[in-house]
Amino acid sequence: MSHLLEIEQLSVTFGGLHALKDLDFHVDEGEIVGVIGPNGAGKTTFFNMISGMVTPTAGDIRFEGESLIGLDPNQVTQRGIARTFQNVRLFANMTILENVMVSQHCRAQQNIFGALFNTKGFKEEEAEIRRRGEEILGFFGSRLVGYRLEQPASVLSYANRRRLEIARAMATRPKLILLDEPVAGMNPMESRELTGLIGRLRSEWGFTIVMIEHDMDVVRDVSDRVVVLDHGETLAQGSFEDVSTNPAVIEAYLGRPLEDRAAADRPMEEQS
Amino acid sequence: MSAVTASTGMPTAVSKGAFDVDWRQIARTGGLLALGLVFIALTGMPVGLDERTVIEPWLSLGLLSLTFLPFVLGYTVGHEKVLEGVAAKAKGARDVVAGAAVGALGGLGLSVLVVLVDNFDLRDPLVNWSPQLVEMLSFDQSVGFGFVAWIAISGALGAAGGALHVLPHQVRRAVVAAILAVLLTAIFESFLTDVIDQLEFLYASRGGLTNVWAVVVFVVAMAVSLSGGGEKLGERRAAYQAASGPAKNRQTALFIAAFSLAMIIIPLVTGKITQELMANVGIFMLLALGLNIVVGLAGILDLGYVAFFAVGGYTTAVLTSPNRGPDWPSWVPTLDGPGGWLIALAVTIVMAIFAGLVIGAPVIRMRGDYLAIVTLGFGEIIRLLFLSDWLGGYFNGAQGITNIPSADFGIFEVKGTDPRSVFYLVMVLAAISIYISWRLEHSRLGRAWMAVREDESVAEAMGINTVNVKLMAFVVGAALASFAGAVFSAKVGSIFPTSFLILVSIVILVIVIVGGMGNIVGVMVGALGLVGVLGGPKQPGLLQEFSEYKLLIYGALLIWMMLNRPEGLVPNVRRSRELHQDEFLQDAWLRGEVDRDESTTEAEASANLADGLGTNGGAS
Repeated sequence: MSHLLEIEQLSVTFGGLHALKDLDFHVDEGEIVGVIGPNGAGKTTFFNMISGMVTPTAGDIRFEGESLIGLDPNQVTQRGIARTFQNVRLFANMTILENVMVSQHCRAQQNIFGALFNTKGFKEEEAEIRRRGEEILGFFGSRLVGYRLEQPASVLSYANRRRLEIARAMATRPKLILLDEPVAGMNPMESRELTGLIGRLRSEWGFTIVMIEHDMDVVRDVSDRVVVLDHGETLAQGSFEDVSTNPAVIEAYLGRPLEDRAAADRPMEEQS
Repeated sequence: MSAVTASTGMPTAVSKGAFDVDWRQIARTGGLLALGLVFIALTGMPVGLDERTVIEPWLSLGLLSLTFLPFVLGYTVGHEKVLEGVAAKAKGARDVVAGAAVGALGGLGLSVLVVLVDNFDLRDPLVNWSPQLVEMLSFDQSVGFGFVAWIAISGALGAAGGALHVLPHQVRRAVVAAILAVLLTAIFESFLTDVIDQLEFLYASRGGLTNVWAVVVFVVAMAVSLSGGGEKLGERRAAYQAASGPAKNRQTALFIAAFSLAMIIIPLVTGKITQELMANVGIFMLLALGLNIVVGLAGILDLGYVAFFAVGGYTTAVLTSPNRGPDWPSWVPTLDGPGGWLIALAVTIVMAIFAGLVIGAPVIRMRGDYLAIVTLGFGEIIRLLFLSDWLGGYFNGAQGITNIPSADFGIFEVKGTDPRSVFYLVMVLAAISIYISWRLEHSRLGRAWMAVREDESVAEAMGINTVNVKLMAFVVGAALASFAGAVFSAKVGSIFPTSFLILVSIVILVIVIVGGMGNIVGVMVGALGLVGVLGGPKQPGLLQEFSEYKLLIYGALLIWMMLNRPEGLVPNVRRSRELHQDEFLQDAWLRGEVDRDESTTEAEASANLADGLGTNGGAS
């Protein structure tokens, strides 16, 4: 069976820096994959490349068997890949409902004339977009619905902004959602709850999920498979248990014991 | 909605002595006033406008241009923002003292200027450094008299301004309303007598209100204000804003109906000057409505908007005038018969859309400042193309296209000599523009524009084709500008490349900014206020006297707006939210609407976790 998302020999360089080097990666339909790695490992660059915001230097990204290389971010979204941002980037002055409605843009058909003449099709589509938006917001319990619908996103608390980011990604009707640190800045209670929601995103909505996360509890609880990146390369892959006991991974996170360090060449030093 | 609200449980006001004032603040404001007055004096406004009387015989517009500032600053120096929970200072003699001190300081600036102008000659760089200025500033007396007089006058006006603080709120409003009423009645003399001939009895034969009538107007305005006329209006407005759903829709419909009716009736009763003025306002309103889509809704700063106005004007001219360039092939018809203008308008719109695509395609991929500069360039390129020898055979270069016939609809003819007909045509087109703006703003395209304005790269990641969406804004804006171009050429009868200077772009942009970006009513108010009162780039406004200083006033107004009310006169809700996000959040917090993260209980979180992970088993 071919994979939903398949990445082959993907590399990108910024000047002399190899942000990603010969990365191989794949996601099957219905999987939840955790991507972990220390700061600067290239995780967000990896997401930027899948979503079309950064063009890779070499390699191929295939989604449902078709290459995504050279597509604009909006075309990638159109194909069915949605993402959230690490540093929450909502449309802060649009209302919560509008945030979710505007994200359905690429799934709507009506053109300018429908709007001008207020046709039946236009009204129906608007109503459908609205209904769908409310349905998606309802997924997060009572937090984003009711009187909140008409409030600007800027009044939301930090955790709720993160939830709205996810809602906005869901609204583009994707097959694959890329979550960039979904629980960053949340308290333990909130992250446990969100972990549950991520599970439900798959079971109830049928999304496949790739998630960058630093919170190891979340990664352990929800991921089927974990990929560890370091210096733009895949360090390890497998179940959380395998990966978390892998000495290379521990080393990447914690560094080597002092006595070993003098003996071995660090990859960083080779490069510089 | 401001975070600076007077609290209900405010501590009692702190009372202080008359001379316990903030001298630093006074020195700063006074210095500013002195600079301002010297600047105004050197622009030539006082001398130039000295002949125009406001109140016969003692107050001329020139004198007013110097005296309003001490009064206003005398008031503002004592103005205090009372923050939540902070004690307000007691009002009293200290406000008057502060005002007087500021006024006297400012007056000192003028006094020194009189002496300097009398003793040194700086006419070379400063054209208005003239003996006439000395004469005017010393009231035809000795220089010493002028020196003392200005300190005294300015100080007295400052004290009067400061004294406004001492008056109770209602009386203060009444006094301000009365002063404004007198000044407006006097300044809009030509307009008022044009609308109602019988009003001439108010004015002296040489112009200006007579003393008696000035007092009468003052008293009447004060009485109206005290009887609560202004308050009722405010209440109506608040009620309208609070309303929602069908009730609001009904009120809006009522308002639109009343407004349209007024627009039909007013030109019937007014004279030619006013009709001409309204026609000009209408043309600029059309332009501003178009630019509002580009700048206000989609957030694309277009500094070359005049290009589409020019394309519209020239296309109509070429299609209707027999005097177009000689090189046009014979199959391009001259549509000067009845109904010809309508066909020309259709072609014009198509051409404007085409121009929008051609200019927009390369420009639209840029962002922010770069885009603004490039549009500026394209605006000039279009004008220079019409001016060039290369296309001279088509557009006659600097000679322009003349003899453009009026817009003949068979039953109804719109011609420049009949400004009323122009006004009606413009209103019909404006109604169409408003409808288009309103429908698009509330469609999926409008939402996409909003998103692009907020964060373009996120909008793109959310599946919005930002290039298409921005191009669409550009094209719709271009089409609306071409409406104005078509009317303009039929109205004026001849167009030249100089009709489409960059100044036009800037004036339209200022209209949109001052009126309120992204708000249709705001744009209409902006057009009325700027083009109607001050005048357009070449069109006279109500204040014809100020036409020489128009750009100066435009600039001053723009700076003042940016500092004090960046969202415009009639702001778009979202715009003001963007600009006052902190205050908005504070207000929301005061109302208890801010999200406080109703914390999930341990049990809920665990349940949710189990719920989510329960289905986790099979997949891996």
